[in-house]
This record gives sequence, C-alpha cells and structure tokens, in this order.
Amino acid sequence: MILQGGPVIFNTMHLPEPWKLSTYESTGGYSALKKILAEKTPAENIIAEVKTSALRGRGGAGFPTGLKWSFMPRQFPGDKYIVCNSDEGEPGTFKDRDIMRYNPHALIEGMIIAGYTLGAKAGYNYIHGEIFDIYEGMEHAVEEARAAGYLGDNILGSGFSFNLYNHHGYGAYICGEETALLESIEGKKGQPRFKPPFPASFGLYGKPTTINNTETLASIPYIMREGGQKFLELGKPNNGGTKLFSVSGHVEKPGNFEIPLGTPFSELLKMAGGIKGGRKLKAVIPGGSSAPVLPAEIMMDCTMDFDSIAKAGSMLGSGAVIVMDETVCMVRALERLSYFYFEESCGQCTPCREGTGWMYRVVHRIEHGQGRPEDLELLDRVAANIAGRTICALGDAAAMPVQGMLKHYRHEFEHHIEHKKCLVQSGAV
Amino acid sequence: MALNIEIDGQQIEVEPGTTVMDAAHKLGIYIPHFCYHKKLSIAANCRMCLVQVEKAPKPLPACATPVSDGMKVMTRSDYAMQAQKGVMEFLLINHPLDCPICDQGGECQLQDLAVGYGGSRSVYAEPKRVVMEKNLGPLVSTDMTRCIHCTRCVRFGQEIAGVMEMGQAFRGEHAEIMPFIDKTIDSELSGNIIDLCPVGALTSKPFRYAARSWELSRRKGVSPHDSLGSNLQIQVKNGKVMRVLPLENEDVNECWLSDRDRFSYEGLNSEDRLTKPMIRKDGAWVEADWQEVLSLVASKLREIQVKHGADQIGALAAPAQTTEEYYLLQKLMRGLGSGNIDHRLRQSDFRLDDKAHGAFWLGMPVAALNTLDRFLIVGSTLRKDHPLLALRLRQAVRHGAGMNLINPVVDDYLCKVANKSVVSPEGMVAALAGLVRALAESKGEAVPAMVVNANVTPEIKSIAESMSGGENKGIFLGNLAQHHPRYAEMHTLAQEAARLCGAALGVLGDAGNALGAVAAGAIPGRGAMGAQAVTGMNAAQMIASPRKAYILMGAEPEFDCHDPVAALAAMKQAEFVVALSPFKHGALDYADVLLPVAPFTETSGTYINAEGRLQSFNGAVKPLGETRPAWKVLRVLGNLLNLSGFDQDSSEAVRAEALGQDAQERMQRFMNNRVEPIHVSAAVPEEMERARLERIGEVPIYQTDAIVRRASSLQRTADAAPPVARASGMLLEKLGIQGGGMAIIRQGQGSIVIRVDRDDCLPANCVRLPGAHAVTASLGPLFGELTMERA
Repeated sequence: MILQGGPVIFNTMHLPEPWKLSTYESTGGYSALKKILAEKTPAENIIAEVKTSALRGRGGAGFPTGLKWSFMPRQFPGDKYIVCNSDEGEPGTFKDRDIMRYNPHALIEGMIIAGYTLGAKAGYNYIHGEIFDIYEGMEHAVEEARAAGYLGDNILGSGFSFNLYNHHGYGAYICGEETALLESIEGKKGQPRFKPPFPASFGLYGKPTTINNTETLASIPYIMREGGQKFLELGKPNNGGTKLFSVSGHVEKPGNFEIPLGTPFSELLKMAGGIKGGRKLKAVIPGGSSAPVLPAEIMMDCTMDFDSIAKAGSMLGSGAVIVMDETVCMVRALERLSYFYFEESCGQCTPCREGTGWMYRVVHRIEHGQGRPEDLELLDRVAANIAGRTICALGDAAAMPVQGMLKHYRHEFEHHIEHKKCLVQSGAV
Repeated sequence: MALNIEIDGQQIEVEPGTTVMDAAHKLGIYIPHFCYHKKLSIAANCRMCLVQVEKAPKPLPACATPVSDGMKVMTRSDYAMQAQKGVMEFLLINHPLDCPICDQGGECQLQDLAVGYGGSRSVYAEPKRVVMEKNLGPLVSTDMTRCIHCTRCVRFGQEIAGVMEMGQAFRGEHAEIMPFIDKTIDSELSGNIIDLCPVGALTSKPFRYAARSWELSRRKGVSPHDSLGSNLQIQVKNGKVMRVLPLENEDVNECWLSDRDRFSYEGLNSEDRLTKPMIRKDGAWVEADWQEVLSLVASKLREIQVKHGADQIGALAAPAQTTEEYYLLQKLMRGLGSGNIDHRLRQSDFRLDDKAHGAFWLGMPVAALNTLDRFLIVGSTLRKDHPLLALRLRQAVRHGAGMNLINPVVDDYLCKVANKSVVSPEGMVAALAGLVRALAESKGEAVPAMVVNANVTPEIKSIAESMSGGENKGIFLGNLAQHHPRYAEMHTLAQEAARLCGAALGVLGDAGNALGAVAAGAIPGRGAMGAQAVTGMNAAQMIASPRKAYILMGAEPEFDCHDPVAALAAMKQAEFVVALSPFKHGALDYADVLLPVAPFTETSGTYINAEGRLQSFNGAVKPLGETRPAWKVLRVLGNLLNLSGFDQDSSEAVRAEALGQDAQERMQRFMNNRVEPIHVSAAVPEEMERARLERIGEVPIYQTDAIVRRASSLQRTADAAPPVARASGMLLEKLGIQGGGMAIIRQGQGSIVIRVDRDDCLPANCVRLPGAHAVTASLGPLFGELTMERA
C-alpha cells in the first residue's frame, strides 16, 4: 500500500518518524495553536476562516464545517464537547487510521483549536474498535502533547484549558453514526438518536456537542496556519483543500492519496498504478460502500470532488474509491455489500431492521441461482421503502448500493435470474 | 407565540414544541403508530407514523417532528400512505401472523392497523424469524416472535416504573427485547407492559388462553387494595371476572395499574370462596339457608346484649369494605346499643381519636403529588404500600423535586433521595422532634417547648434545609407511621413541621376505604360525617379487653390486626363470632356463623380514596353462589333485630342516608388532618433502652387484604416470597448470627425460627420482620420488643 503525501494532512510524510511531536513541530505544527492562544483570536474569526476555506466534512456527508461550527451555542453556560469521529467503519475507507498513525498531532492540534473555538474544555476521540494499535499510538501522542503543555490546564499559560480523551469502540459500524457514537461514549448501546434535537444543542451527556471527522479536524491546523483562502485554492470553489482518497480494489498500487479536490479520477487511477493486470475498468464505488456504483464511462469523466460526483449520481462520501475491473460479477458484489448492512443494522427502527435482511436474502438467492423474475422489482420496492424512512442514514446506506447496482447493471441481475449463472466470465472479486 | 399549521387541510393553532402527532390528535386526526405513547418518551423507531410534510425531502415521523409555523402536513396523501404501508409491510414480514392463537387477537394494534395498511398477501418468501420465549415471572407471558421492537416496555421501565428491567439486546434482525439474563420482571408495576405492548408479545400470564377479548363484557370498578382507588375495567365472561385492566383516569391512576390492582381478581375466583351460609353445629360446620342463619345471628346477638350488655358486642371491619357497608354496620351496632366498632385494625395508637377535627386524608389531590417541589415521607415502604402514589412522587423527583425520608427502613425508591434519616421506630418521634426544632430555629421562631431538647442530627438538619426551600411541599405519614405505637406524637410533630415550613400535611392511608369508614362512622364515638354517636371501644381495646361476641366484616383478624396473636385469642374466647366474609378462613376455627358476602366486584357501593374522591360503582358480576352483598345482609339483620331505619332498597339509598345528597362537597369539608397537639416525649431513648431489639413490622405488598392473599399468581411473585428477618451486620455480629443464617425470634409468647438476612441500611438494634403473614402470625404486634438468637 502506498501513501501519497500532501500539504495539509500528510505534511510530515517525507520526514523520518512522521508521527512524532518534534517532526510535526518542525513542519510548523502547533504554531497555529500558539498564535491563536497568544493573540486570543476571537472564535468568530476562526469560524470565518474555516468558512472561507470551504472545508467540507470528510466523514461522508460533506457538510460545510464552518457552518456546523456556527451552530454551536458557544455562549451556553456549562460543559460543551468536541468529539472526533474516528470510528472509520465504512468498507473501503482506511484514511483516518493513517492520519492517526502518521500524523496524530495534526488531529490533536485541530481538536484543541476546535475546543477553543467552540468553548469546549474536553474532547473525545472515538476510535474504531478494530484498530487497537492505532488507539495505543494515539494515546501515546496525546501523552506527548500533554507533556509539551499543549493539553491540560492553562495551555501555554493562556488560561485556556482543554483535555483530550481517546475512547475506543468495539467495532460496530453503527457507532460511526454520530449520535450512536455519543450513546456509545456514554456507555450505552450504540444506537442512533432521533434528530432533532441535534448534537449542537443536545449532544454528549445532553450538552452542546460538535462532532467532526478525523480528517476534517486534522485539516484545521493548516487552515489556521496558512489561511482559509490558501486552503480553498488547493481545491476548487465550494470544495476547498486536499482530500485523502483510499483507493482499493483492482488497482496495481492501492493506498491513501492526498490530492486536491477536483483532481480528475483518471489521474487518481494513474497514481494508483492503473487497473491490475492491464484489465479494463468496469465500475467504481466512489465514496465508500454506501455510495451508489458508477460505471467506468461515467466515472472517467468525473473529477474527485463533492459536486462532480454528486452530479454523476453518486457521492464522494468518505473518499473511499473501490475500483472494480471487468471480471467483477455485480450480483456477487452487491450480495457482499448487502450482507454488510444487514449485519450492521442496529435493529432500532423498522425499515432497516427488517428490510436489510430482506434485501440481502433476495440478492443472495439471485447470486445462488434461485432468483425469481419478480425479484428485481421487489428489490426496487424494498430499497425504496427503506431509503429516507429510517432514524439514521444506515437505511439509506443500505438502499443506495442496491439502487445503484440495479440502475447500472440490471442486465447482469436479469441474466443471473434467467440463466442461474454470472454474465461475466470470472466471478472472483 | 402560537404556531399556525395545517394538517390534512385543517387549520390549527398550537404552542411551540407541539409535535405533529399532538397537533393531529387535537384535530381528531388519527395517525397510525406503535412506539408512540403519550406517557412515554419519543422513540420514533416504529416509523409507522411517517407523514408528508410540505418541503421536507422525505416523510417525517409525526411523533417526533415538532411543528413549525406555516407547516403543511398531509397524513393521508399517497406519499404518506406509501410510507406507512411500506413500514407495515416490514413489520409484518417477520411477524408470525398467528392471530388465531394469540391472546392479543381482537385488541391488537398491529392487527387493527394491518387491516388498513397491510397487503392482502405477503410477498416475503424467506423463513421467518423465531425468537426464544423469556420467562418474565408469574404475571407476564411472552411470545417474543411477535415483538415489533417498539421498546414501549423498555421505556416504561426506565421512565415510569423507575427500573429498567427490559432492554433490547443484539443488533439488527437479531435484536431481541429481553429482561436481564435469567432475571424476571419484579416491579410492582410490571403488568402495565402488557397494556403497553401493541402486539401479543407481552400478554397476561394468568389470563393466558382464558377468553377472547370480544367475548368479554366490560364493567367499571374501583380497586380496594390501596388508598388510591384505581379505576378498573373489569372484564367479565359468564358471570366470572376474567381479567382487570386500567380504566383511564388522569386524576387517579392515569392509565396505569399496580400489579396488585390488576391481578388480585384471581383471589375472587379462589377455591376459598364461601358460597353458602354456614353454621357450626356441635363442633361441625354445616351449610344452612340464609333465613335460618340470620335468625340465629339476630337471636344470639340479642341474647348476648340482654345477658352481658350491648357493650360486650364488638364489630371489626376490614378497611376495604364499602362505605355503605360501614354505615349499616355502625347503625346496627349503635342500634344494639354498642359503640364498639372500628376498621383501623392495624393501628395501635388511638390517642388522637378525641383530638382530630375530621377524617385524615392525603392533604392534597392525588394529581398534585406530581407537582411537588419538596416532600418528606415519614415511615413508609412507599413503593410496596402505594405503588402508584410512589410513581407520581418519582415523576416529581424526575422533574427536580427533593425527596426526604424519615424512616426505619431504606428500600430502593428508584429515584434520587435527597436526604434521609434512618432511625429505629422508637427514634422516629425524636427525629421528627428534631426536625420541628431545626425548622423553628431556621425560621427564627420560638422553639416549641415540647421539642426544646430535641436532638438535631446532621441528617435532620439537611432535611430541614431541604424542606425550607421550594414552593409546593408536602409531609406525608406512611403506613409504618400509621401503625406505629406512637403515631399520635408523630402526627402532632409532623403537623408542627408542616406549619413551620409551609408544607401540606398528608396521610397516605393504609387501606382502600379508610376514609369511607370514617365518613360512615365505623369508628368509636363518631357517626356518619363526624356526627355525635355512641362511643365505645376501638380496635385495639376490643382485642385487649375481649368481648363476648364479635361481628367480623371482611376482616381476618389473624392477618389483619396489629397484634394477630391477641386478636386470635380474643376471637377464640368469645361466646359468639359471626364472620361476614367472601372467604372461608381462620374463622373456621373460632367463628360460629359464616356469612358469604360479596367482594367488591359483586356488590354496588362507594369507596372514598385518600384524596376524598367518592367513587361509586355497580357490581360487575352476580354474587357467587348464595353470596349476598353485605349491605343487604346487614339490612335484613337490622330488620330481624327490630331496629328502625333498615329499609333502604338500594346501596344508593344507603349512601344518600349516610353521606347526604351533596356527599362530595361534605366529604371535602369533613377531611382535616389538624389535631389538637398531644404531649410529645422527644427524648432519645436511653442507651439501656436502646439495647432492646425493636421490630419493624411492615405489611408485605401481597398480604394486605383477604383477596390479595388468595390471588395465586401474585403469590408466586418475588414480592410474595415468604418473609425473612433482616438486621444490620453490626447486630448480627453482636448476636453471633451469620447473614443468611437461621435465628430464633421471640416476641411475647410466640417464637419462630427464620432466616435472617443482613441489611446494613437498617438502624442498629432493629429487626425488620414483616407481619400479616402466616410465617410471622404467631409473634405479636407489628412493632415492639423482640429477642433474637442464633438457631
């Protein structure tokens, strides 16, 4: 796996031991924090800077970060929290773990600045339960930062106090949903809350809380150091900055690539060494397993940014690019995806609890040569009855792959039902 | 600022914060739902109430969507219906559709809504989910395969019952609603989850397969088991009570019932029922007809009246008879010339009888309990004595009320207790005296002479501070206080404390119709509504100075009296005992005549609850066998005794005579907790004295009255387990008894061998040992000295 460095997130990657505090400091790390604390920069100026940068949430939804921060009732007396969502569980996504592994201090500095801006004295970094070594590394980094006076009471003599706690989950995908994540931190079963109220007014322990993705927060130091305008100019309008793309699947060199938003997909594919074995590109899931699949011809015309992918009928999501070549049977691929959502549904609300299992079973039966002519219409209907009807986005996440696959590859499913076998020659993924 | 919204074309103005569901309800528009319940928090998990909202990108759940100004909602549009039908399909795919063998059939929300929103055939061709049954104990039966995961039962536990006994384990399709592993549901309110369950997953175990809901007639009733007087829907088939459900009354029981009120009906159908009058002839019991029996009773009573004086006849009535029955009983007694009548069988201190100004009551409406800011409970096993009053107080605490306790025991109140002073029964008077002193001092008032030397412990000081704050306040005397040998002093002190801190004084009330009994004059010295009347002996005196003849109405002295041993001895020495009772009971050993009289479901009558609410009801079923309503029996007896004024032709006529036409208003005036203060000894008992062991004798929840004691399912619950003694570890150590080991406990002439459990919350030198139970019936009074040694 390769790591393609960039100016914002992986800016220490060219140095030995990029994860160390001293390495981070040598690239200007913590200078933004020091400046903010020394100048007592007003929170609204920081939020304005983040708004200028057009930084959009890197966890999947792409919500403008500056706008999200402005929802926080900063003047609200009492406790407030900043929570980092490092519960990276979306199949195909493996970027946040590398941020925490190779540049943890970018995240820590980002969280401190966020805490300062939003009036939070404590932050929680919720780390996916299946990457325990990352959790340990992050614990080490937090200790480094604490020892250097960046965390704790009265940071650098500024009078501002902020503590950061790493919290590891146990691997449930649903705990990446922000309100389920809050429940999990509180020690409860990880199940999404109904919104409203939103976390900004009723979050962790019922207090105002802002939740951002790891990559989002790790982008903050750059923005505050170099200015929002410069960050914006790295990307394109409304899609500021660079972004990490986790490229996996049938490519020669899978890995994480920090590239400017708006880079053509073809270039990203080239960076990843092109399609494995010189085969033909068939389709791409551009934003993590819940994003609808896009056929090669559409994908090759896309640039990698929120707006372009959305226009093509999918979503940039978390930036997990799953590349599939011509040997992939789409029925089998969907069976695997549907099984994931069936298995990870929390079971709280009806459409997702009942519908994900239904979809999986129908796809399973098509894949195994027992499909019925009416099954595709059934899948259309079940997916439509889940999408938009659930408490959280997992329902949509389960429905979208089904809808995407049936939109672009319906003929493969029909072939499977009629001939009880794959349309493509080799069904191996 | 009110918001204007439109639902299905109808305009309505609502307050901000109102949900679409509430607003639709106001307009009389029904939105289908399962998880939503007006008394529970919003879960929005069933998704059945999805509606179309103009400009919203997707259908929104009506239960969880707050209205905004100008909102346009369509609940029946194609878009909304499509969402609702989609959800219904999902709910049904894994549902067993076993309505023909489901007890919920006919009263099932899922069944009803499936008619409107479900398809006529299923396209789900996969194997359905099967979920293992759970054992929730003797009251709630499970068929968890039917569960639709609405989590109402879970939220009920968390939010209403105060203890989370159910939860959702596992994820996704494997999610299951279950209790903690190998645990049953032991809450005293558990039956409510049966009502809450919108499907047949949780049903009534005693009622299982007993009848179909459409075969049942529904009759109104009132529960006699505690001072709340819960409103009942008594469901009847073929002249038999098949089950009991709550009848919603927001001011009384809301939509809840305690398990005691819900499942006691099994006692009505028990084998113990007396169905024919019986006479003891030459030592053997024989059945007889009413005419013969009543003539015998009349002539025996006359004989004793003539031979020994009317004063030698005593009447003991259980405190859960109807007001009409009390009235005729006292009229009969006073007609015979005896004033010996009482219903306060478990009370031991009667010093207030000539100091009271009216009937003791709750001091405020039941519904006002929810709005209290601060309150003090004196002497109560609150949850077990008053399950639904405790629920209201818990809601008050949830909303920030401060709960204070002066109690000899500490139970889990399932809510935050701000301050507590745990003292021995003897110490309770001193503790209250300390409270009065602390309150007077903090207010800068002269400390009343009776409490000048009272000891103010830090706990009492905290209670005084708590009770000094807040607006709506109450001080409540519980059952342990009411049965306490120094109740009069406690009432006097509580009255003074309430005055000092501006709280209302209330008596929680230890029985279903104690107020009715007082109002009807079933009490020495006072006739109906406090009228002057022939005075006589109270319950304790009638036991302490045994009479020649007793009339027992509903009472089982061996369980219902403060001192069961003395009571039984008094019965046994009497020349003549007539027991009016629905049941055969201990009276078979000592009575001469048994008269089968109707329990509360088989007679008309009136109960008056702790807030003074008159609740009249009709019989739900015909009396069993030759059973007769007690008021009719007493009326005929009055006639046979040639007493005047026994010609009422209905219980309504009796009520009108007893309470007048404006009974509710008169009752309101008659209730009064004020007493002329009596002398209080505030001294803390001397060290020597403290070396004695004191009994703390509560009445267990399922031993309160004759019906409950015979309700077989209730008797199998954890709360009905045979009593054990409890004592602090310190005391056990001193006595060389292992916690959980056996001990010999002696009280008076009696002794028992019983297990002693360690309970470090108990005050030193106290043994908590419930009464009103066969296991402890040989011991004596609920309070008093006892000894304990290792067995």
